[in-house]
Amino acid sequence: MRVVIVGVGKIGQYMVHSLVAEDHDVVVVDNDVKVVEEITNQYDVMAVCGNGVDWETLEEAGVAQAELVAAVTDSDEKNMLSCFMARKLGAKHTIARIRNPEYNDNSLGFIKEQLGLSMAINPEQLAAEEIYNLLKLPSAVKVEYFSRRNFEMVELKLPPDSPLDGMKLSDMRQEYKGQYLVCIVQRGDKGYIPDGSFVLKAGDRIGISATRSEIIRLFKVLGERRKQVRSVMILGGSRTAFYLAKMLLAAGNQVKIIERDREICRELCDALPKAVVLQGDGAQQELLMEEGLEQQDAFVALTGIDEENILMSIFAVTHKVPKVISKVNRDEMGRLAEKMQLDCIVSPRKLVADIIVRYARALHNSEGSNIEVLYHLMDGYAEALEFHVNEGSPVIGTLLRDLRTKPGTLIAGIIRDRKAMIPSGNDMILADDNVVIIGRSGRIADVADILE
Amino acid sequence: MNRRMVIYTLGILLDIEAVLMLLPAAVSFMFGELRTGAMLVVASGAAAMVGTLGLFLCRKHDRTIYAKEGFVIVSLAWLAMTLFGALPFVFAGELGFVDAIFEIASGFTTTGASIITDLDKISRGLMFWRSFTHWIGGMGVLVLMMAILPSDTDGSVHILKAEMPGPTFGKLVPKLRKTAMILYLIYIGISATEAILLMCGGLNLYEALIYTFGTAGTGGFGLKGDSLTTYTPYVQWVIAIFMMLFGVNFNLYYLALMGKVKSAVKSRELWLYLSIIAVSICIVGFHIRTLYTNFGDTVRTSTFQVASIVTTTGYSTADFDSWNGVAKGMLFLLYFVGGCAGSTAGGIKISRLILLGKTIRRDLRHMVHPHSVGVVKFEGKRVSDQTLNGVTSFFLLYCAILAGVFLLLSVFEPSVNVETNLTATMATLNNVGPGFGKVGPYLSYAFYSPFSKLALTLSMLFGRLEIYPLILILSPNTWKRR
Repeated sequence: MRVVIVGVGKIGQYMVHSLVAEDHDVVVVDNDVKVVEEITNQYDVMAVCGNGVDWETLEEAGVAQAELVAAVTDSDEKNMLSCFMARKLGAKHTIARIRNPEYNDNSLGFIKEQLGLSMAINPEQLAAEEIYNLLKLPSAVKVEYFSRRNFEMVELKLPPDSPLDGMKLSDMRQEYKGQYLVCIVQRGDKGYIPDGSFVLKAGDRIGISATRSEIIRLFKVLGERRKQVRSVMILGGSRTAFYLAKMLLAAGNQVKIIERDREICRELCDALPKAVVLQGDGAQQELLMEEGLEQQDAFVALTGIDEENILMSIFAVTHKVPKVISKVNRDEMGRLAEKMQLDCIVSPRKLVADIIVRYARALHNSEGSNIEVLYHLMDGYAEALEFHVNEGSPVIGTLLRDLRTKPGTLIAGIIRDRKAMIPSGNDMILADDNVVIIGRSGRIADVADILE
Repeated sequence: MNRRMVIYTLGILLDIEAVLMLLPAAVSFMFGELRTGAMLVVASGAAAMVGTLGLFLCRKHDRTIYAKEGFVIVSLAWLAMTLFGALPFVFAGELGFVDAIFEIASGFTTTGASIITDLDKISRGLMFWRSFTHWIGGMGVLVLMMAILPSDTDGSVHILKAEMPGPTFGKLVPKLRKTAMILYLIYIGISATEAILLMCGGLNLYEALIYTFGTAGTGGFGLKGDSLTTYTPYVQWVIAIFMMLFGVNFNLYYLALMGKVKSAVKSRELWLYLSIIAVSICIVGFHIRTLYTNFGDTVRTSTFQVASIVTTTGYSTADFDSWNGVAKGMLFLLYFVGGCAGSTAGGIKISRLILLGKTIRRDLRHMVHPHSVGVVKFEGKRVSDQTLNGVTSFFLLYCAILAGVFLLLSVFEPSVNVETNLTATMATLNNVGPGFGKVGPYLSYAFYSPFSKLALTLSMLFGRLEIYPLILILSPNTWKRR
């Protein structure tokens, strides 16, 4: 399938990375010769050097044959125009990155309809939502939602004194009964899709799928439940910070934002009257201490510089802030940060790439069932997908115990009539169910792909 | 340096060569040349063994390569291919080791220079192998590797960049493998058409294939000492036209096949290529008109010779060494031109000449107007300074190597005249084949001493790989561990 990406910045590059791994025919368009050269050296893609809103350039990139065109340059307007032109030239689907809150609030529906956009993505908004979800469930290091929030997958890091240390999964099920499933474990750099005989160890990062109430209950019995977050300190007054603060304030939390630039501070003050906006250098430790870092329930580092985010997060961790989240854009930095005890890393790039990959994969299979949600788990080792099962799929009507699935795939949940359940061998999938599947990253594009 | 990956790739390549060698072996057996056939199989076995050993030893390793490895793989691949490709001649006892190396390097690099004085003494299987290497070398064996094998290597594009001739490399489709496949499909398609047309002209399958291989790779190996002189005008015309076709950038064929004939025809390089051919045909034709009685023969001979030299094929239908100074001088200049970038032809390449010209124009203007900002555009695109610098230094290196090889020849062969040595150097460096004087179109390189032959072999490889890869493996920096 041909995918054209206009604009190879941080996000564009990560999208290329994921889409090439998915074996799509990727064409990139950028007007910087250097960027174009670098990307063709690094990935198996075709590159066209030119302006993404130039008719000839788009033509040369073959948007007419493209299934999907994603415009992710810095400029919202350029992205919209690019997508509009691509659509007129014959592209089937278009996705534009639109970041400006002014476009996002009221006019987005109108813009989408008029330009024929399939989707508008706002990485900052996505990152803010992800952070907000983490703050709501402070014991988890990552939360992913399925089926419109009925069902979720929560990642949790086992502390050294965890009662689960050295426990077999089958024993865990006996000990802590409930509707949940441990569906993925990351130990060091390796990921596992465990079966009943798998033994957990302290330091493992485990992914549990269940409904929210079940997860809270499980956390309680595990002694993992932490205090709800009431006060949050945010470093950096980026757009992500703005979206996050808005959501937190709406939920009645206290928010402090530290930003270096006076003008941005003023704007934030204006837009968020309930927040405390401080002007100062966030890298200054005294300032953070003076503003009561130690009394905060959570610390979120959202400056534009990965290094600063990581360093200040480590500082917060050493001062026993219960929940520390850092935004890290570069992949290799994220991995380093995880080695330095920062377990909550949010990468807007990854979020966007996940969405695009899901979209591309859903386009790829036109019949059968449709992907509704896709998440990359554990550094891309595995992925979680939610499918809507349509009539006629081969998985329907067989007891799961009798279903011959590929090794390394797991049916983590079935959602039927808005009720989620963890399937056992005696359940079966019916038409119109939503099914959550965990599998090794690869090419599960359809529920039927899990069968041998 | 990811040495294991280099060895691994070389292993794959030798295995491919081993398979390819089975084709001439089959030809040998068909003609009843059992001994030659057996020797080809033995040589193929040797290549397969060494190749598989390399594969086996380095099978599990980090598969990422960078530009450096790309250059190293390409140059070592060509050296190894030449070495193993020469084995059948040596095993069969038909040529000495140095002669065999020269001959097969001339094959793979699509030069077509030969050290064989009496072609009838060579068995048909080995004649076939020699010509077949033209066809393999024309599009490049690493391109073939990419087309047929699914690649799990990160950075394969560096290999293709190093092997494909021309100042820049542009993909046809997003996937490297598909690009390589399309190139080969076009290559096979045009080759097959030519073979069929030649057979219509009365050649048998064997002859048709030999001349198709020679034309497709713009090589020039044939079956007779006087090249194509004794063939019918029809055959000569077919070969002349196909030589010109193979000198065109293959990307244009792809564009045309995709229905974008308009943008294919817009190519500046194509127009310059055709204009150079047309002007040269007129000048050469005018000056050889006295040698032929009728107009048709004059046009055919001058067209054939111009096409043959400009595409660096090296076939001839006349002893052009005996032509007058203007016609000969014209051909002499054509030696340097070469075909379009992205074709199978050798030489400097028309796109490089265009870029050189434009750089000179920009720099001259800059001297007169020191504050002027110069932007060089080619085929409607702005060309980066890096590419321009690359072209300039390519040209300088090209001159340096021309001078170096010429100097070596002059030292090794004091008795040979300058015209012969100079044109021999040029004919090998540009992958043309025949030169003037003692290496003229009906003669061979047999009289050169082994040292000179090796120097000329190197010159052919420099020409085919466009200098950089071979220069880079000579630099100790390349071999340092990362």
